[in-house]
Amino acid sequence: MNRVTSPRFKRNASEAIADPALQKAMSAGLGFVERRQAAADRLPEFDALRDSARDIKNHTLAHLDLYLEAYEERVTAQGGHVHFAVTAEEARNTVLDICRKVSAKTVTKGKTMIAEEIALNDFLEEKGVTPVETDLGEYIIQIRREMPSHIIAPAIHLNKEQVEADFRRVHTHLPPDRNLDEPATLLAEARAVLRERFLAADVGITGANFLIAETGTSIIVTNEGNGDLTQTLPKVHIVLATIEKLVPTLDDVAQLLRVLARSATGQDMSVYTTLSTGPRRKDDPDGPGEYHVVILDNGRSAMLEGEFRDMLRCIRCGACMNHCPVFNAVGGHAYGWVYPGPMGAVLTPSLVGVDQAGHLPNASTFCGRCEEVCPVRIPLPRMMRSWREREFERHLSPATMRSGLAFWAFFAKRPSLYRLATNVAMRALSLAGMFFNGRFSHLPLAGGWTRHRDFPAPQGGTFQSEWKRRKGHAS
Amino acid sequence: MSSRNIILASIRRSLGVSGKEAPRRKAVVDRLKQHPSGVVPARGQLAPKERIKLFCTMVEAANGTVEEIPRANDVPAAVAAFLRSHNLPMSVRRGDDSRLTAFPWDRERTLEVTTGPSDGGQLASVSHAFGAVAESGTLMLTSGADNPTTLNFLPDTHIVVVDAKDVAGDYETVWQRLRDKYGEGTMPRTVNMITGPSRSADIGQTLILGAHGPRRLHVMVVGDQ
Amino acid sequence: MAEALANTANKPVSKRVGLFATCLVDLIRPSVGFASAKLLEDAGCIVEVPSQTCCGQPAFNSGDRTTTREIAMQVIEAFAPYDYVVAPSGSCAGMLRVHYPELFRDDPNWLPKAEAFAAKTFELVSFLVDVLGLDRVDAKFDGTVTYHDSCSGLRELGIKAQPRKLLRSVSGLKLDELKDADVCCGFGGTFCVKYPDISNVIVSKKVDNIAASNAQTLLAGDLGCLLNMAGRLQREGRAIHVRHVAEVLAGMTDEPAIGEAGSQDREVPA
Repeated sequence: MNRVTSPRFKRNASEAIADPALQKAMSAGLGFVERRQAAADRLPEFDALRDSARDIKNHTLAHLDLYLEAYEERVTAQGGHVHFAVTAEEARNTVLDICRKVSAKTVTKGKTMIAEEIALNDFLEEKGVTPVETDLGEYIIQIRREMPSHIIAPAIHLNKEQVEADFRRVHTHLPPDRNLDEPATLLAEARAVLRERFLAADVGITGANFLIAETGTSIIVTNEGNGDLTQTLPKVHIVLATIEKLVPTLDDVAQLLRVLARSATGQDMSVYTTLSTGPRRKDDPDGPGEYHVVILDNGRSAMLEGEFRDMLRCIRCGACMNHCPVFNAVGGHAYGWVYPGPMGAVLTPSLVGVDQAGHLPNASTFCGRCEEVCPVRIPLPRMMRSWREREFERHLSPATMRSGLAFWAFFAKRPSLYRLATNVAMRALSLAGMFFNGRFSHLPLAGGWTRHRDFPAPQGGTFQSEWKRRKGHAS
Repeated sequence: MSSRNIILASIRRSLGVSGKEAPRRKAVVDRLKQHPSGVVPARGQLAPKERIKLFCTMVEAANGTVEEIPRANDVPAAVAAFLRSHNLPMSVRRGDDSRLTAFPWDRERTLEVTTGPSDGGQLASVSHAFGAVAESGTLMLTSGADNPTTLNFLPDTHIVVVDAKDVAGDYETVWQRLRDKYGEGTMPRTVNMITGPSRSADIGQTLILGAHGPRRLHVMVVGDQ
Repeated sequence: MAEALANTANKPVSKRVGLFATCLVDLIRPSVGFASAKLLEDAGCIVEVPSQTCCGQPAFNSGDRTTTREIAMQVIEAFAPYDYVVAPSGSCAGMLRVHYPELFRDDPNWLPKAEAFAAKTFELVSFLVDVLGLDRVDAKFDGTVTYHDSCSGLRELGIKAQPRKLLRSVSGLKLDELKDADVCCGFGGTFCVKYPDISNVIVSKKVDNIAASNAQTLLAGDLGCLLNMAGRLQREGRAIHVRHVAEVLAGMTDEPAIGEAGSQDREVPA
């Protein structure tokens, strides 16, 4: 699997915070928050559609075994092949086998997070097959040998100057003094370079936003058209998907499509939403001769049972991370694996283990914006809390935190002792505060607070003691 | 045990089912057969004239251009005029769609028209859409010799003809037309839902048209509803 | 005379409110508790303060459900005698109202008690406006304020219009809306000390927005958020006063603002 650096989340985050280019890029963003709101405002049925989308996903998950069987039957009936893969390794090997059977030398790729999850690119390269990312953002990070930092806008952490430097470094067949001042010239260059790769590719690999059981169809949602050139021009089209991508019918998928692009980028529809079913038909003048769908489990069937099932509703729109104050502060790479932001905080521990990814569900203020904007209403903060409960049970939280909590709990469960101790402590602290103008810039044991903030001094005795004194009430 | 069976067994174990339960099987069979529609926005539920108007507005909102052509036979002249107005070479490729074939192309002497898929060497193409959806200004194109898929993506400029009567208010209407034409549970190789020309904002957060697909999408709505 | 008698006959039985002060108010800023009590008493309630410690959030958000349940049972029992439980904090009220029933979802003995408790528990401003039907207060405040929407209050309890409604009735007060008022301030309970650098980035953005408003005073309904924002404002040397909204609504703003000199060991005005 791709190297997991989630255990060093704190260090990743500090580096991200100290990176001025990243901070500037994250502050600028892409206006996704405003655009989503505008799109939602333009559609009175938006919230009703979110309920509908959630219900369709829940129904599908509750009948997933049967829908998978129905889907497989339809794909096969129309000339396609379905391959099931339990593990990432099996998925990689299945893809390689298909490529080897047609002696593939280069493979174009549309954007697919599953490929990142199973670390497909490095594997193919090792085995002598060259993968070429065609989504512009993915292409840019591929030449930088980075992971995507956002599931919709993989290169959101980069600015134009960085992209220009990379193009000059890598496109050595072009005149070194050429003008690359504008984003438009960079795009034109990428278009020309990738057009040649599209036409030369032997195999095209795409992901799938949805798999439709009714018709045996896979759907990709793009704006660039790269996914379509990837899946139409080569001899072979491979779809990489996971089991929870299933949706029962075309009408069901219309419900999901209506909330997907709006939640992701604020568009009513993406430019290209493509439904693919099987290989080219007998009289088709273009299209791939072979159509393969690799359906991966990689831990998801286990998630159906238990408190994380709701996470399988995710349609990978990215709204949660767009609205997350933590993601906006540190960017996607800090999360250390494929999936960043709130959805990454819940999903990553399920897929790589909470012992590796424990920081992710802890680094949240539970502000709730993610759940508020999720098109399929996933209760993300609740599931992050569930992970914290699992860590607590397994004693995975830091010892200092556990003992601090135990100390506090000792008093919190004993009201009389608590009132006595706090009254004494607050009076003392308040007195000390008089020497510091009402606030502390340093406080023993409170280094986490005072590193960046002053700590306001308490007013004096506690409220409970003052109330009792004034009102003469016995408590 | 095959991976397929391992996964199905794992799903069933998690769900606490055997897979043979009749009510579950019926629920799935019923849903696949009846394909109930869910929430259909009121936005596209308009009388034909208003629907076309909405469709045109939405195409333009997605950076496409659109014109209404009441008489089908005027299409070749409109195509020629469009290419001329953008200083584009007077050459288009189209598929074998009989509706396109029926247009009087030879009236446009200066316009070169070839047929077949694209190999990347064509700058402009003409397709006939299966239908369109006013709700979002989306064209629906189906693969095949009539309208090869490569014509939708390789040329710089894509001109799409759609019959006014085929502009629906919602996706659900077009899904049913697909079922009627291709049969239940059956689809062509590709159905492209296209909304505007190709675009990307991946470089420096600047939106640019013409990423990998066409830079220009021009829609011609033909005939009266 | 007849009219006075009729009024007495129609006078409703006063509501007995148990004031849940919250641990931060209890420990750091009791004047918020007194302001809350004044608002409730002015609105006709009888206010009492039973022995209390905390709502249990620190344990809850650290994954210790057992301790949280023990504390919750304590709270539910302590507040049993009251018609209503009111807390000057969206996050504590959210804990009591939304999460207590969830804590006991598998406990047939305690679930009904938790649900009954939740049904009578409210955040302060929401109680005044939504339950008591208050649409104005008799207070004066000269100056421009801006308001931060604390996350729990906003998203768990729907508190947004209510504080603004009451603030607009304060004579002399001008309300300037804060940019991104509904974006987190970075406090998040233990988050701000577990991940201080990330918290700092978030609160710094909030402080930039506060400084960009025309307000001389920042208000909110949660002391945790307020301590966090005041702490950062003061570290940056910004001269913006920070108070709990209850203080302004109750007309009790003689007391120095949060973190300002002279607020220690002063006799709280009766």
